[in-house]
Amino acid sequence: MVTESDSIVAETAARIFADLADPQTINNARDTDWKTALWGATAEAGLPLAWVPEALGGAGASLADGFAILGQAGRFALPVPLAETLLAGWLLAQAGIDAPKGMMTVAPVRPNEAIEINGSGRLNGRARAVPFGREAEHIAVVASDGKSSAVALVAAADCRLDDGHNLAGEPSSDLVLADVQPRKLAAAPSSVDRHTLLVMGGTIRSVQIAGALEAILALCVAYANERVAFERPIGKFQAVQQNLARLAGETAAALAVSGSAADAIAQAGEIDDAIFLEVASAKIRCAEAVAEGSAIAHQVFGAIGFTQEHVLHRFTLRMLSWRDDFGNESQWAAKLGKDIARRGADEFWPLVASR
Amino acid sequence: MTLQFDQIRLPPECDRLRDEVRAFIAEEAAAGTFNPNRPWEVESQDRAFSRKVGAKGWIGMTWPKKYGGHERNFLERFVVTEEFRVANAPVRLHFVADRQSGPILLKYAPEHIKQDILPRICRGELCFVIGMSEPGSGSDLFAAKAKATKVNSGWRINGSKIWTSNAHIADYMLGLFRTSASTKENRRHGLTQFLVDMKSPGITVNPIFNMTGQHDFNEVVFDDVLVPDDHVLGEIDGAWKQATSELAYERSGPERFLETYYVLGELVRALGPEPDLRSAEGLGRLVAQLHTLRRMSISVAGMLQAGKEPVVEASIVKDLGTIWEQKLPERARELSAFLEPEASNRVTLDEQIAFAFKVAPKLTIQGGTTEILRGIIARGLGLR
Repeated sequence: MVTESDSIVAETAARIFADLADPQTINNARDTDWKTALWGATAEAGLPLAWVPEALGGAGASLADGFAILGQAGRFALPVPLAETLLAGWLLAQAGIDAPKGMMTVAPVRPNEAIEINGSGRLNGRARAVPFGREAEHIAVVASDGKSSAVALVAAADCRLDDGHNLAGEPSSDLVLADVQPRKLAAAPSSVDRHTLLVMGGTIRSVQIAGALEAILALCVAYANERVAFERPIGKFQAVQQNLARLAGETAAALAVSGSAADAIAQAGEIDDAIFLEVASAKIRCAEAVAEGSAIAHQVFGAIGFTQEHVLHRFTLRMLSWRDDFGNESQWAAKLGKDIARRGADEFWPLVASR
Repeated sequence: MTLQFDQIRLPPECDRLRDEVRAFIAEEAAAGTFNPNRPWEVESQDRAFSRKVGAKGWIGMTWPKKYGGHERNFLERFVVTEEFRVANAPVRLHFVADRQSGPILLKYAPEHIKQDILPRICRGELCFVIGMSEPGSGSDLFAAKAKATKVNSGWRINGSKIWTSNAHIADYMLGLFRTSASTKENRRHGLTQFLVDMKSPGITVNPIFNMTGQHDFNEVVFDDVLVPDDHVLGEIDGAWKQATSELAYERSGPERFLETYYVLGELVRALGPEPDLRSAEGLGRLVAQLHTLRRMSISVAGMLQAGKEPVVEASIVKDLGTIWEQKLPERARELSAFLEPEASNRVTLDEQIAFAFKVAPKLTIQGGTTEILRGIIARGLGLR
């Protein structure tokens, strides 16, 4: 059992983020110089390719270490594609493809979307809302010929990417692949297909959400203890205390369930049906925690937290947006519910109790 | 503060234990001891069942062997608790003693009392009740007025306790009684915890029927009840110091989110293998919420086993868990709204939902109200 405090690489990540990704500093910045410095430092520390084995050009960190890095990234609402690059590197490594340097992302990130690969190894298809699509140099794509899956490394320059944005103003592009020749291509192992990408991505977003909730809980508590109204710190009012206790509850739920899913994947090594309950639950429950938690946080900060100048939106808008990546909670819940129903009532409790 | 939920997995020995518990439950249900589908029929005073559970070694599981315990771990106790709870097994007679009275006695009772009482709890022979609420005070524990006055032969108790579950069948009460006035500096000062033999002369138990129609609550009136000196538990006037660390045990167990579980199990049966999209999504969310609560609860059990004191985390489990189990019949009602009336278990589901609606209001009151729990969480966050 690896907890975050055991992870040296996560501590390194936290140090880099504290130095170079302070949310208030970035919020105040008038240019994007911070981005170059931040990405340079994370790359130097081997974080973006943490999940790539050393033989393929990465840092060869464990799955648990990678999730611990992403928990830290969530705490800083990290505005660079570290999560996406980590995941892309992992995906490429599954098929034995060397990871290139630079920012990467993955596709497809929505359920019910598929990229086709034809007989001559060219890619066709459409993927909506690819995170950081316009900033990434490469995209790791899962494609299928209808029988088996392949992993392809695609240069962003070879694709059409629109200039869409998510709620937080980060690039989020619709990707069109029109007869694109991948830079590299390899068969995926039987355990990896486009659903695997949703499972890994869903867990990653859950871990990021839990980290962001931890950060806003700390921000809210600190503010409630210092902001005075009616001649007392607002944190002394029971109504505010009850709200913050609820925020703590939602944060706790997100931490526990995302940690459980990450741990399940890290222990399993290979993605299989046994951890579907864990990952679906994490994505669903973390998304519910976002809705509740971000509303409470904004209520605590009042008008101040509704300004561009304040950092709160850096967390809340990202969390709200992360809910939609790699399957939203409604999609996961419908899938989980159907799965439970198909197994039947007698198998239900044994399944829950098996985790 | 940092919230912490260590990732605890149930060890392999828990699987074997779970199989044994399930086999026992199946045998008892088949023999007609209880009906898992009809929780409203469960009798709290099933002494024979508690003795069988005791004989299996499933009471006082974590306690030292020299007191009749079994020196197993908290995670094994977790498995037994959740399997009994999910099956609606009649464990109420011994459950309070197993969960909280025994551990308090282990910590504070004199040796000869431990040797006398703890083995009997482990054998499933004793029912314990908690004497905290009074007619004039509930959540405000430290406003308790029922008094214990020092006399030569021990202490004389006068006053009343109320909402005392199972007092009409109980052997012992662990009660808080006022031994001194509170002070200006510390309004929590002046309460002492006593072990009271419910057969003592001067105790009257008056039944109070709750809104489900069941007799669980009681009022307990003390009229010059004599309690010997060696029945004082812990520090005189200092019971408040003993309270907080024990709360984690009482608040985070699976009984704090599985009380109405039966409607979810029955809902899955009613929905059948191919539910519509609305029901499938609703079911999926409930399962995700249940899995989350369970993982939190296991984590707290594991942290307790490791000697940590996750007081805030435990309070969060009860806050989220009781609200969830309270809302569960509401959700089951919504998700079953469009089912065909002739679905085979529809009658059972409706009966269960109806019973759960009647039980629901108590879930966020007993053992620490939502408001009190959130106060504890807020204190843990550094707000008070």
